[in-house]
Amino acid sequence: MTYEQLKEKINSISDKLIKVEQTSPKRLYLLCESENAYKVNRFVFEDLKARFVVATGIDSDNCYEIIYHFSYDQLGTFLNVKAFIRDRNNPHIESITPFIPGAEWTEREIHDILGVEFKNHPNMKKLILADNWPDGKHPIKKDYEYKKLK
Amino acid sequence: MKISLKKSVLAIGPFHPLQEEMEFFQLTVDGEIVTDIDVRLSYNHRGIEKISETMQFDQIPFLVSRICGICSASHPLAYIQAVEELAGIIPPDRARYVRTIINELERLHSHILWVGLAGHFIGYDTVFMWAWKYREPVLDILEKITGNRNNYGNVKVGGCREDIDDAIIAEILKELDKIEKKMDMITKAVLDDPILQARLKGVGVLTKQDAILYAVTGPTARASGVDIDVRRDDPYAAYGELDWKVITQTKGDVFAKAVVRLLEIFESIKIVRQALKKLPKGPISVEVKQIPAGEAIGHAEAPRGETFHYVRSDGGNRPVRHKVRAPSYVNVPSFKASCIGANISDVTITLAAVDPCYSCTERLAVVGGADSKVLCDGRELLRLSRSKTEQMRKQAGFKEGFKFE
Amino acid sequence: MRWWKKVALKKSPWVFHVNAGACNNCDIEIVDCITPRFDVERFGVKLVGSPRHADALLVTGVVTEQVTPRLQEVYRQTAKPCVVFAIGACACDRGIFTPGYHVAGPVDKVIREIDPNAIIAYVPGCPPKPEAIISGIVKALKAL
Repeated sequence: MTYEQLKEKINSISDKLIKVEQTSPKRLYLLCESENAYKVNRFVFEDLKARFVVATGIDSDNCYEIIYHFSYDQLGTFLNVKAFIRDRNNPHIESITPFIPGAEWTEREIHDILGVEFKNHPNMKKLILADNWPDGKHPIKKDYEYKKLK
Repeated sequence: MKISLKKSVLAIGPFHPLQEEMEFFQLTVDGEIVTDIDVRLSYNHRGIEKISETMQFDQIPFLVSRICGICSASHPLAYIQAVEELAGIIPPDRARYVRTIINELERLHSHILWVGLAGHFIGYDTVFMWAWKYREPVLDILEKITGNRNNYGNVKVGGCREDIDDAIIAEILKELDKIEKKMDMITKAVLDDPILQARLKGVGVLTKQDAILYAVTGPTARASGVDIDVRRDDPYAAYGELDWKVITQTKGDVFAKAVVRLLEIFESIKIVRQALKKLPKGPISVEVKQIPAGEAIGHAEAPRGETFHYVRSDGGNRPVRHKVRAPSYVNVPSFKASCIGANISDVTITLAAVDPCYSCTERLAVVGGADSKVLCDGRELLRLSRSKTEQMRKQAGFKEGFKFE
Repeated sequence: MRWWKKVALKKSPWVFHVNAGACNNCDIEIVDCITPRFDVERFGVKLVGSPRHADALLVTGVVTEQVTPRLQEVYRQTAKPCVVFAIGACACDRGIFTPGYHVAGPVDKVIREIDPNAIIAYVPGCPPKPEAIISGIVKALKAL
């Protein structure tokens, strides 16, 4: 598929996207609301056949962002699906692990460090924080109090 | 008489003499067949992404090169490529070639290390000792160029810190010739050995479909027929200007993974030779003013697969968010797909074939409920793996291992 | 310490290697010590598979929260007298990971919590070369 054909295919789901940003020739960002993220991810993984890389959880000022990074290897391009979770008090999003088993660990990690709920995740358990880590303390949040250097 | 099919639990880990990383896998078995696996991480979690937010952009390469000891040149390179993309910086030609040389030398010593470890896990201790002995000259070359055997600290935003002295290039090329001869001998001995073929073929198979669903990268993916390699798909450093090929296999078993890694050793030597001969003259770095606001992605092909870094900046001196994903993060979970249904004596070598770099992933393991009885530990599993090879050797009528010429 | 125990410890120390949250560099340099170029086995130093057989513990890595109880358990199981070697900058004083939220503290703080009289030796470096590790072990045992 050429670059133009790829962009056309992305346009076919533009009703679910807020907009498409291009920060550099090979980096595309597909912005969408968290309710549409599941369908957009499914489209990118199954229809475009891009390779899943990882998901990043970010604590922005007025919302949470989860960016799902996919790599379209034939063109060396990254397709990043940026999902906005507007509800900061009860952040939740649909899990993509049912159709991408490789996303299991990354969603568990975002749950640990950011506190986002992933609905329908098949194995939601603690992944990277210690057994005795207190509940409710999420390190990547901006208001997490940092240890002073001893 | 039927053996009772009570479900029992085996634990590998957390501490094992030759597995330097800590990991805890809990296997549930039915008799001798593995039925389920659970992995607990957290032992190695140091909170690097949060530490990044307290450091300045040019201090972070020192932090990320200590994420993992063997991918210690790929992590900083991927991070620096992200920052250079963000700021629109193009490093000079000589710097790109120096980066290529160091990354390929790292791939070389990492694959040789893997060959040694795999040999140990199936009972060929001679392979272990010889491989690690021939790994030392590669570390000597790296020490000559950068000053350290690991943790080179040679890349920075805008280029490289240390240049390669033209006077030592001839020495390096001679050393590479010697290393190539020795690795040729080890490769032939390993690949032609009938016991090794019987022991490793058909073991720990990862199908192409599973490789795509679990999003694996690196030699683990290429051994299952998934043709991906960051150096060719999204060329960085000097890879787009050199002549080399991507090695793939189709069977997806441990033998295929060994073949991919062994043949990649020779491709790496080829790339380093070309890069040294074509090393362009010129400056080694450019000046960097300020990193503007924005977000960017950098990735590189580490010995185990793709390392991925995402950096977001708000125009200040420190990143707002820095996300790191090491290759073992996706390769280790695929152990589940390739191990379920296998015999427990094959578990150790199947796990080793994924080449887990636990520091990259934060291994942890400790899975164990209050009522699960630990039947055998990691040492017992290693003993089972080695004794299976011994039995196969006896059955075939071989007296010893194999002979080196 | 009884005289024959001291002789055994100094002449042929058996070591058990513990990775307490390390990046692997120090661990590979330790395993490098038994490979042909350095070959510590000719000095009687052996890498054993259980802390109960060990005279010395080689601990690498900055000790994370999850590892702390397990490291303390390994120390308890090691036959006394024993020497704890903190190998690498992370084990000596956390190194570059000092601000980490999951870092419990350097090795000496964690071990002294359960045994204030523990014998601890430090081998700094990132990673320390195999020659440095061997030299550190020999110096520490001579000083006993």
